[in-house]
Amino acid sequence: MKARFQISMPVRYCVNLILMIAFLTAGSFLTQSGLLGRAQNSIIIQVGFYIILAVSLNLVTGYLGQLPLGHAGFMAVGAYAGAIFWKSGLLPETPSLIVGLFVAGLVAAAFGILIGIPALRLKGDYLAIITLGFGEIIRVAIINLSDITGGTPGLKGIPKYSSFLVVYICVLIACVAIHMLMKSRHGRAILAIRENEIAVESCGVNTTYYKVMAFAVSAFFAGVAGALYGGNQGILAPASFDFMTSINILVIVVLGGMGSMIGSVIAAAILTSLPLALQAFNEYRLIIYALLLIIVMVFKPSGLMGTYDFSLSRLIEKAVTRLKVPKEEGGVYHDDP
Amino acid sequence: MTTHNPQAPMVPPRDRDKTPVLECKNLGIDFGGLTAVDAFNITIGPTEICGLIGPNGAGKTTIFNLLTKVYQPTRGAVYLNGRDTKNMNTIAANKAGIARTFQNIRLFKELTVMENVLVGLHNEMGYRFFPAVFRLPSYWRSERIGKARALELLSIFDMQDMASYKAGALPYGSQRRLEIVRALATNPSILLLDEPAAGMNPSETGELMENIRKIRDTFQIAILLIEHDMQLVMGICEGIAVLNYGRVIAKGTPEEIKSDPQVIEAYLGKGGQDA
Repeated sequence: MKARFQISMPVRYCVNLILMIAFLTAGSFLTQSGLLGRAQNSIIIQVGFYIILAVSLNLVTGYLGQLPLGHAGFMAVGAYAGAIFWKSGLLPETPSLIVGLFVAGLVAAAFGILIGIPALRLKGDYLAIITLGFGEIIRVAIINLSDITGGTPGLKGIPKYSSFLVVYICVLIACVAIHMLMKSRHGRAILAIRENEIAVESCGVNTTYYKVMAFAVSAFFAGVAGALYGGNQGILAPASFDFMTSINILVIVVLGGMGSMIGSVIAAAILTSLPLALQAFNEYRLIIYALLLIIVMVFKPSGLMGTYDFSLSRLIEKAVTRLKVPKEEGGVYHDDP
Repeated sequence: MTTHNPQAPMVPPRDRDKTPVLECKNLGIDFGGLTAVDAFNITIGPTEICGLIGPNGAGKTTIFNLLTKVYQPTRGAVYLNGRDTKNMNTIAANKAGIARTFQNIRLFKELTVMENVLVGLHNEMGYRFFPAVFRLPSYWRSERIGKARALELLSIFDMQDMASYKAGALPYGSQRRLEIVRALATNPSILLLDEPAAGMNPSETGELMENIRKIRDTFQIAILLIEHDMQLVMGICEGIAVLNYGRVIAKGTPEEIKSDPQVIEAYLGKGGQDA
């Protein structure tokens, strides 16, 4: 703990807050100014949902170490809950938007807990299959409950709330909330379950509670992403929440690196915008997409980012420390809490 | 030379009139048709260092798993500080005051040394979900106290400078020591050590012996250890139980155990005394 440059906590929070505001301002200026085409704008919004979905799935797959395949199910629950609330017009526009997102998240989280308690007794493949079943049940239930959900043709006339600002504020909230959770005793318990379940139990940590907590938080944000999706499309059809959607989200998480939030964000951005970028190669598009996945998995099986987590402050601290004491390598440093 | 009654209690005199920290009564477990442990009786005083030895496969680790409720016993009962552990699971047993290390090290390898100890302090840092996500004052206070406590615990083994290393990157001996620190962090009244000296060289073993004594003296807790290193067992244990084929064959002080004919037979086979 020798000469080491450290940014104090309040400064660190202020810097991050300023950067986030700058990002939101720049982004909403860019999308509204007409510099980008309609297609680009819609891709940017889509990248937003996928970031939330991937970051929330990463909590369960990367941090908790379980493999659920029903993420689209939670997304669907949230999407319909949010859309039905918005359509009911109980509240004026802005409060309705905020409350609706909460409703979407909470309903999805409730389903997460409901599914999580029995499902998380199982591990690995068994959990994958049970959650896969759950996702399908949700989709079929939506088709059959046509009085509430509009059935196969879909739920129409959803207010289009999902502007760049709304979507990316939710993205930032999801990332920050999950980051804060992970850097606490709860997050350490979740990571420790992934590392060695028997040892965590012998430390007196209630593993079932933390598995269900991770599942519920993950479902909450999947629900919010679902609601935003509905608010972007204006119409919801059950077909958009099928098994392939769950797989796509999982592919993003695996490609980005399980257990790396920045990895999930980057992979979501790349994989969502890739189809647009490859439009010129029309018929070879899917082949290139698949090849890219194979290449990454062969050369970097742990994903683009491995388990690396990005921290701007730590980067600055390291750089400054190195400049100040160039000879001292690998000194002891504290992890930021 | 008298053969000792293997069922008799053997608590050191200073602990005799106190409630024993651990008491097993007729403990037994069957796996299918196989009786792995049978009629296991032991009483451990609040500040005793006790050894559990026996040939490979004698059932020593099975007993640890029974005591920490990884397995539920088929017969008999375990009392922790006078409380029956009948309906407890591993988590509840830890909260009731039992902590352990593992024969095959079970650290959280991808977490740092500090984080490993903080998982041990998990229940002590009592803040809930919302204080963590919104970074309320209770989070900061609890994290600060927890980290200071973790460094203090690490300093027992002089490991405070390794706090930011990944646990998986530590040398073998340090990993064993870190497991002990993590177990101590849960604030137990009895610590179970499963082969703490495995893979250590003689000088490291000597140091470990000192540290086990130091832990007992500073924390005023009982320690039950499984070990094959006789120098360590005979050096620090006040009472030793010898297990063979799931049964206690001898119990007593190190001197009594060393000269017990049944023990010699179990370790060296019949006629071992002549060898």
